[in-house]
Amino acid sequence: MAFITANWNPLGEAFYRKTELYEMCWTLRDGLRDSLVAAAPYGGPIALLREPLRRSPSSRPQLEIYSASGVGIASFPWKSGPVVQLGWTVSDELLCIQEDGSVLIYDLFGSFKRHFSMGQEVVQTQVLEAKVFHSPYGTGVAIVTGSSRFTLATNIDDLKLRRLPEVPGLQGKPSCWVVLTQDRQTKVLLSNGLDLYIVDNTSCTAVVPPGLSPQAGSVVHMSVSFSYKYLALFTDSGHLWTGTSNLFTCLSVCLPVCLCIYQPLYLSLCLTRCRRPKSQQPSVVLMWDRLLLVAGVCNDTIQFPLEDPCVLIGELDGVRIISSTNQELLQEVPLVCQDIFKIASMAPGALLLEAHREYEKLSQKADEYLREIKEQSMLGEAVKQCVEAAGHEYDTNTQKSLMRAASFGKCFLTDFSPDQFVSTCRELRVLNSVRESSVGLPLTHAQLVYRQFYPLAIEICRYLKIPDYQGVSRVLKHWASCKVQQKDLSDEAIARAVCVKVGDSPGVSYSDIAARAYECGRTELAIKLLDFEARSGEQVPLLLKMKRSQLALCKAVESGDTDLVYTVVSYLKNEMNRGDFFMTLRNQPVALSLYRQFCKLQEQETLKDLYNQDDDHQELANYYVTASYKEKRLESRLSLLQSAVDEYNKAKNEFAAKATEDEMRLLRFQRKLDDEKGAGLLGLYWWLKLKSLAEKEEWEELEKFSKSKKSPIGYLAFVEVCMKCNNKYEAKKYVSKVTPEQKVKAHLAVSDLEGAADAAIERRNEAEMGAVLSRCSASDRLVIDRLNRARAGAAKK
Amino acid sequence: MAAHLSYGRVNLNILREAARKELREFLDKCAGSKAIVWDEYLTGPFGLIAQYSLLKEHEVEKMFTLKSGRLPSADVKNIIFFVRPRLELMDIIAENVFSEDKHHSSRDFHILFVPRRSMLCEQRLKEQGVLGSFINIDEYILDLIPYDGDLLSMEYESAFRECYLENDQTSLYHTAKGLMTLQALYGTIPQIYGKGDCARHVANMMLRMKREFAGTQNQILPVFDTLLLLDRNVDLLTPLATQLTYEGLIDEIYGINNGYVKLPPEKFAQKKQGEASKDLPTEPKKLQLNSAEELYAEIRDKNFNAVGAALSKKAKIISAAFEERHNAKTVGEIKQFVSQLPHMQAARSSLANHTSIAELIKDITTSEAFFDNLTVEQEFMTGVDTDKVNTYIEDCIAQKDPLIKILRLVCMQSVCNNGLKQKVLDYYKREILQTYGYEHILTLNNLEKGGLLKPQTSSRNNYPTIRKTLKLWMEDANEQNPNDISYVYSGYAPLSIRLTQVLARPGWRSIEEVLKMLPGPHFEERQQLPSGLHKKRQQGENRTTLVFFLGGVTYAEIAALRFLSQMEDSGMEYIIATTKLVNGTTWIKSLMDRPESQTP
Repeated sequence: MAFITANWNPLGEAFYRKTELYEMCWTLRDGLRDSLVAAAPYGGPIALLREPLRRSPSSRPQLEIYSASGVGIASFPWKSGPVVQLGWTVSDELLCIQEDGSVLIYDLFGSFKRHFSMGQEVVQTQVLEAKVFHSPYGTGVAIVTGSSRFTLATNIDDLKLRRLPEVPGLQGKPSCWVVLTQDRQTKVLLSNGLDLYIVDNTSCTAVVPPGLSPQAGSVVHMSVSFSYKYLALFTDSGHLWTGTSNLFTCLSVCLPVCLCIYQPLYLSLCLTRCRRPKSQQPSVVLMWDRLLLVAGVCNDTIQFPLEDPCVLIGELDGVRIISSTNQELLQEVPLVCQDIFKIASMAPGALLLEAHREYEKLSQKADEYLREIKEQSMLGEAVKQCVEAAGHEYDTNTQKSLMRAASFGKCFLTDFSPDQFVSTCRELRVLNSVRESSVGLPLTHAQLVYRQFYPLAIEICRYLKIPDYQGVSRVLKHWASCKVQQKDLSDEAIARAVCVKVGDSPGVSYSDIAARAYECGRTELAIKLLDFEARSGEQVPLLLKMKRSQLALCKAVESGDTDLVYTVVSYLKNEMNRGDFFMTLRNQPVALSLYRQFCKLQEQETLKDLYNQDDDHQELANYYVTASYKEKRLESRLSLLQSAVDEYNKAKNEFAAKATEDEMRLLRFQRKLDDEKGAGLLGLYWWLKLKSLAEKEEWEELEKFSKSKKSPIGYLAFVEVCMKCNNKYEAKKYVSKVTPEQKVKAHLAVSDLEGAADAAIERRNEAEMGAVLSRCSASDRLVIDRLNRARAGAAKK
Repeated sequence: MAAHLSYGRVNLNILREAARKELREFLDKCAGSKAIVWDEYLTGPFGLIAQYSLLKEHEVEKMFTLKSGRLPSADVKNIIFFVRPRLELMDIIAENVFSEDKHHSSRDFHILFVPRRSMLCEQRLKEQGVLGSFINIDEYILDLIPYDGDLLSMEYESAFRECYLENDQTSLYHTAKGLMTLQALYGTIPQIYGKGDCARHVANMMLRMKREFAGTQNQILPVFDTLLLLDRNVDLLTPLATQLTYEGLIDEIYGINNGYVKLPPEKFAQKKQGEASKDLPTEPKKLQLNSAEELYAEIRDKNFNAVGAALSKKAKIISAAFEERHNAKTVGEIKQFVSQLPHMQAARSSLANHTSIAELIKDITTSEAFFDNLTVEQEFMTGVDTDKVNTYIEDCIAQKDPLIKILRLVCMQSVCNNGLKQKVLDYYKREILQTYGYEHILTLNNLEKGGLLKPQTSSRNNYPTIRKTLKLWMEDANEQNPNDISYVYSGYAPLSIRLTQVLARPGWRSIEEVLKMLPGPHFEERQQLPSGLHKKRQQGENRTTLVFFLGGVTYAEIAALRFLSQMEDSGMEYIIATTKLVNGTTWIKSLMDRPESQTP
């Protein structure tokens, strides 16, 4: 207690302290050497992979997951490809980035969740280096490939790969790089030789940090602060530059005099959250093989010797130092703690603490101290300081003495609000209980939940009075998601257990729980759980996935969301045969009408079938009427209108039937008039001229005439007239010009069986093939065989 | 920019600001310069939310209209499609994306669906092979658009048709969602009343959505006391009648679109001195009409016959104000006069505009054709000779007057007679088909399906009962100084508004019989408020009701509701919401089917 300042080290105006958090529970045979280590921020878990690049299948590396205090959580042999980088997501999932660009995701307990790839071309070029970063969008991954290109994914849960523009002159990997997120944009800052570049989605820009002279050499290390606000650069000549991460402002440049010139192994920015009168001053933590060094803004440094290889983890308010034996927190001593504990401090908090100490000793000096504070009317301030300092202290005894002092001081105040005191008590109790080495340092209730300390988590939520929606509900949801994976319990038992516990707590999505159950292969359980879901829309995707499409359709209709109904309908359409599909729709009028709307726009034919199935004669008739207007040819138009008449009659819509008949009569009459006046007369003229030319055997004239205009009577007439005049040679000239429908007839007219057969086969027309066959005699074996084969082929289809 | 939205009882600017914020957020998601490709239908509604200046602030440099073929060249980083979720539009987008020169440009594509994403559309884009080309696919939930200080519209044109002809309730889902958004901003509405099938459906969805969001308690003090949901098919008569308020007539004659009207330019020609006014402008004159314009706010809801007097009174006030300058003696007085000049000049130009519009309308309303038409409408509404073929309609058909005019009259007769005798109905239909063409058989079928036109069934005509009970016809409607809502149709009190009025006082229980005659169920629901949010009403403080017309509302109906809000003893203020602002013509048009004919 008396030596609370024993581990304080001055740095400029500030003090830094290194506090031991844990003696690690793990026993590592070879320390942390040759291992990939990743620890999640906020006191999260630690992942360890020994010799990650070892390729021999005989000795697979072991992947181990520990709590922050070194309690083993999972351990399994790594069977996949060589790993370049490990990292943790914001929700404590472990990312393993492999050389071939695939990223494997594991949960906290080492079970595989899913994987994704950083792009196809990476398989060839390989990942040289990778980084996991956190942005407002979530957790992201950045890689640099063998072809010196960067690829970014800003949020792995909504994967969109961004290939950044080329960096001029970059060969292999840059000497160092970091990912920055600024103004909602993610960028890469990299150093190549003497140059620094910022690469964003669209461009690559060279940058020069203000205040760093070119003589300082090239940047070999860089680090960005936890909040992405500050940046530190270390050059090969030993200069250390600190500034804002937008590279606008330089805060300090430390000269090589006070630093070792050898390259540090690690660089980390350390910031404190305490309220300094001026601005927050970043300091930089550098680590060499045997030395840890804190560099402040004014060439001042603190040095700590290291015995063991360590790993540094940047936190919001300090740096965690993990070695194979223990774990320490290096942070700036919060201002309020300095005020109270600084030697010979006369701050009101310090006096109050002293007063309480004397009081416990039953010494009258307590009164003297108290009087002194009260004379300056600083008692309120003193209590506040003690409470605040207690919150910053890690040691429970120190916390206690500070809180007692505060409580003592409070007795002499009449109108002091107890809120801060009460909430600090609560928070300290929670923090202390989670810092127990068996739990291992998680700081927020969410992290607690992910580690499956459910009862504790719920207690904490209630205790801290977190609204149910954000607190207890989330814990329950997580609990339920785990519960459904318990293989030793029956579906019935689990569903009941979940329902009893979760009830209708606000914000718990039964669909999510059910989805989890389905993922674990428990479809029946998933369906049981879905029954509890109030939001029908939420149930649909999972039901479809589980192939409960009928139920999905019901739920989609229930939700009223028509797009959701369309989703299910189009799914059903692909999944079922047409008959079943129609029957299903028939039982769901809403879905049926929507499908009709879709067909109206996209599949007119299907629309007809739908009306047919429902015996909706009125709509069917309307359909034919609409269709008739799309027909160019009068005959087809009339036949559609006739269908409309039939359907109107069936629908007992006499008026419409009658009106349609009238329309047909009118159309026919119009045609008759047209025929008589227009095309009819022209045709007659062609017939007359054709016949007279043929009879006069003026074949050249006839050919010219045939080419003068498109014949209104077609060209079969030419063939036939020529044959009538016994001129097969001339007749053949016109065979090629007849319409496809008349091809066979024309060939037959000139007795060209082979040509006729070809045409019939090409048109796949059974009747025509038959017609050709009937003209064949026994000598035409080849043609007969061909036709028979073609007919057999057509019959199969 | 949109200050007039915040003048009313409910500050609708909050809704507009929320919509603008969301738009800005989306635009910022696409970093760099942008070009927007617009689904043309959306430009009108968007104009009510954001002007070009807002888009420009967010690096929108170019705007195009969505059409097939190649996108126009523009040196921008992002191309954003603003579209409704419609399949035919997806095909056009796919064509645009395909014809993009892959080698020379690296423009990023984005889609913003309004008002909602659609899986069907995304599926279509996937089939077309372009889904992967889009960096962002997002939705911009724009259900209810603030139109004026007391008016919200979804600008969903096909809502009535979809609901009543096609049994497609997409618009109702959007309505329910829109009402949830509204409640998120203005507090839970404790009481919901409704009449009609669609109203029931919307209320059900709202209650369901509320259950689904249980837990996220809305802690906003409710602004609305009551929500009234009304199906348009409960009152088919009102939109068929010719509106006789100033605004209603502007809409009937020239059509108001998204708050703008286009007028024949002749009357607005600026006559400058010394300049021969030979070249009359040929472009139509485009005017914005809303309550931001003081004079318009004053006269829009008046019966047209009272507009002349109002305008001349205003003219006197303005010229008197200008005369003030002669009385201004001291420097201080002159300064004060000058400071008022801009306001006075604006008032004068506003007066000139509306005088011109009133003249245009007067030319029409004083015509014989208008008078004859109105006479027949009023005969139908009072129940005179609704059971036989009307000679005026016969004459109009014979003269081949516009078809929509005929359809409005025939439907009106059918509604006022609770269906036409088969013989009469067939006669009209035959006449229409023979005069206007057989293809209109589809339209006639639609009107029958929608209930606007129907054969009389055995049950007796109940329209007279409805008319008498609800006092739909007032003999002595006072157009100049109205004392009843019937002034908006010079005698006819809109049924929908009577229902609203009766609900406020003495309550629907008094008209149970009539409610049963109108289609669809009527109902009442309550939504629980968290304790502490119950309003403590001040003495004499008015209650606020949101009236939602599912399937469209006319300007005359809005005028009638505004009149009720202003009545001193009504104790109720109304905010109006609708799927679309309609009049008889646009409404009937939305129900027509015109097959495109291929000449045989």
